[in-house]
Amino acid sequence: MRWRSPWVTAGLVLVGAGLVLLVVLVVTGHAPVPALAALGRGAVGSWYTFTSTTLVRATPLILSGLAVAIAFRAGVLNIGAEGQLLMGAAAATAVALTVPSGGVVLALFAGLVGGLLWTIIPVVLTQRFGVLEVISTLLMNAVALYVVGWLVRGPLQEPTGIYPQSGVLSEATRLPLLWNGTRLHAGFLLALVCAGALWWFGARTAAGFRLRAVGLNAHAAASAGRIDVARTSQRAFLVSGVLAGLAGAVEVQGVTYGLYENLSPGYGYTAIAVALLGRLDARAVVAAAILFAALQAGGSAMQRDAGVPAVTVKVVEAVLILGVISATAWQRRQESRA
Amino acid sequence: MTTGVAPALALGAIDKRFGATVALTNASLVVAPGTVHAVLGENGAGKTTLLRIAFGLLSPDAGAVHVAGARVTLRSPHDAIGAGIGMVQQHYSLVPAMTVAENVALGRRGGVDRTAMHAQVMATAAALGFVVEPDARVESLSVSAQQRVEIIKAVAHGARLLILDEPTAVLAPSEADALLERLRAFAARGGAVVLITHHLREALRSADDVTVLRRGHTVLAAPAATLTEDALVAAMIGDRLPRTAADPTPAAPGAPVLRVQQVTVHDARGVPRLRDVSLTVHAGEIVGIAGVEGSGTRELVRVLAGRVAPEAGTVTLPAAVGFVPEDRHRDALMLTASLAENFALAESGAARGAMPWRTMTATTATLIERFDVRGATPSTPAAALSGGNQQKFVVGRAVVTAPDALVVESPSRGLDVRATQDIHATLRTRRAAGAAVVVTSPDLDELLALADRIIVCYEGTLREVARDLALIGRTMVGAHD
Repeated sequence: MRWRSPWVTAGLVLVGAGLVLLVVLVVTGHAPVPALAALGRGAVGSWYTFTSTTLVRATPLILSGLAVAIAFRAGVLNIGAEGQLLMGAAAATAVALTVPSGGVVLALFAGLVGGLLWTIIPVVLTQRFGVLEVISTLLMNAVALYVVGWLVRGPLQEPTGIYPQSGVLSEATRLPLLWNGTRLHAGFLLALVCAGALWWFGARTAAGFRLRAVGLNAHAAASAGRIDVARTSQRAFLVSGVLAGLAGAVEVQGVTYGLYENLSPGYGYTAIAVALLGRLDARAVVAAAILFAALQAGGSAMQRDAGVPAVTVKVVEAVLILGVISATAWQRRQESRA
Repeated sequence: MTTGVAPALALGAIDKRFGATVALTNASLVVAPGTVHAVLGENGAGKTTLLRIAFGLLSPDAGAVHVAGARVTLRSPHDAIGAGIGMVQQHYSLVPAMTVAENVALGRRGGVDRTAMHAQVMATAAALGFVVEPDARVESLSVSAQQRVEIIKAVAHGARLLILDEPTAVLAPSEADALLERLRAFAARGGAVVLITHHLREALRSADDVTVLRRGHTVLAAPAATLTEDALVAAMIGDRLPRTAADPTPAAPGAPVLRVQQVTVHDARGVPRLRDVSLTVHAGEIVGIAGVEGSGTRELVRVLAGRVAPEAGTVTLPAAVGFVPEDRHRDALMLTASLAENFALAESGAARGAMPWRTMTATTATLIERFDVRGATPSTPAAALSGGNQQKFVVGRAVVTAPDALVVESPSRGLDVRATQDIHATLRTRRAAGAAVVVTSPDLDELLALADRIIVCYEGTLREVARDLALIGRTMVGAHD
């Protein structure tokens, strides 16, 4: 019983990640101590780095990680969080620039509508024509990137028309900072609230249970539960798009204050890893997002201060995901053998 | 069974187990060249298993396979095709998006020559007496045309012996007759055909020889001309006497509870499964439904349980119907989830608001205790239970809320004698409490032991028959009147 505690698993995962990083550093001929020290400094070295780098980076990862988690829970393989995030960012920017009087909330709302609209396309493709959502959402990520590219050179381009980026969001539409002297914005709180709400929804409500039942065994859900499987997965898909869209809006309104092409360093893809590492549990997704953000922030510092390529961190991330997936599979086997 | 000529296929003393289940024990089959050979048996008698061994899809635990007099070891369908055996399974193995010619060419080695490919398809089809369009996409073809493509493919790959698993189940009667005629012609030209079938008349009319399997064992092998339908029924169900239904409380039917009127259902491929069917089940009775696979029993049960909405007709059901599906892993349980969650699954489509987990867990604990689900707590994952205990849990879940109606498919599937008795007692208790109960089972003895009335489903139509084993068996395979 003890071994199955999520805290034990989380501890083992962290220790394992540290060991893997150590091995990678030694094998690639880098001195481990200064490298690890740089990593620690970059991630949690001071209150400022922790809040302004790690937590700021964690915010879109939490939201898009939740987006992936809720879809995967319902058995919907939405890997289009990246595109939905970009469309959310674009919609939030457009509304914030055209209706600045709408303030923070209207732009956030536009962001989630942007994610929603972008998700309706693969939902319809799946329900009407049986197109696999893995394929449609993945391809639509590329489309979203080009749409943003067009927007920042066309309708949303900054007034001088020189740079491929949007104008700057007015103060009224920016998310407020949580602490003066840091860059941590209210979007982080919003992400935590979303995580809490989703956890409650999944663990306590009938609709949340249905969503999980459909993901675990759609046949049994339909037969034993008389659950409308198509509708349940459709809703999970749409909520997933809404959360990813919100992630984009939060990034624009809390960090970049404008739209440009490389707005997302692949948050929507990292989100898949975050969701898997968090085993699709909303609370664990928050922890996994912060861990990934810390690794990425630390990785940059490691490259800057100790000359260790930042890809090293990618290796650790990959090992972490594989470790968690194998551990879960192993645990299931043990349980079914008992 | 000509002496002197080596049989086209000879399976001797075949044993096959799946885990603890004995599928075949000392089963045999000898197919003479130039003949059509029917293999008959009840559901689960081992017909398909035996022929899957002949096609290299399964390997036998014991016994020998001879093809044209030579002993062979078939490790895969590839070996079987090499030995001149082709099989058309119930679920076709065609690529829908490819053309007929491309499908026939699949599985070949070496390059593909379009012209030669076409020519071969046309030649093979002509030899078999089939008309096909080599450039038609398989997905645009009807089920019967797809079946012809499967046969052409097998013959084009050099099959001298064709095995067909329930080939006529998906065909209209006229199509079935045409197919059987072509198969006879194929055999007459020196090939051999094995038909797996439920249909006695079909077997007697179109086969030269018949082999009957019962509970994994070959109980009869004789020329069709020497056999009658009665003899086949006797061989299929055995001369065992029905277990007397030691039933202390006879039925006292009350008001109608489940009622279907003029219901029609088609399956996903558009094949009609129920045709204009009506049935009423009253409070306080157990109705047994008997039918071979593909007879429409499966669909009827799902309509009665409110799990399938018919395309035509009216259905009157109570709000809650307890349903125990045949395939519990697929249709009843979330294997990795806990028993409490699996309990919560029942009828959760109608649940609103918050989940009362505390009550759910408590009720699950009661259920575990009352239905003797061994070695389980509410937090045990369903996968950790044995099949028998899973079944007790699923039956208990359907019963514990005391629904007005209960629909149970194969109640004792995979259970030992004691557990079977427990489940039978549970169903009788529900009847005594005034529930309308519907039961199906491939085991006719079980059906007779439980049911107050027997309805036979045959080719999508219903017929009420007396509680007589031989009569039920005959009606199930269309041999009534």
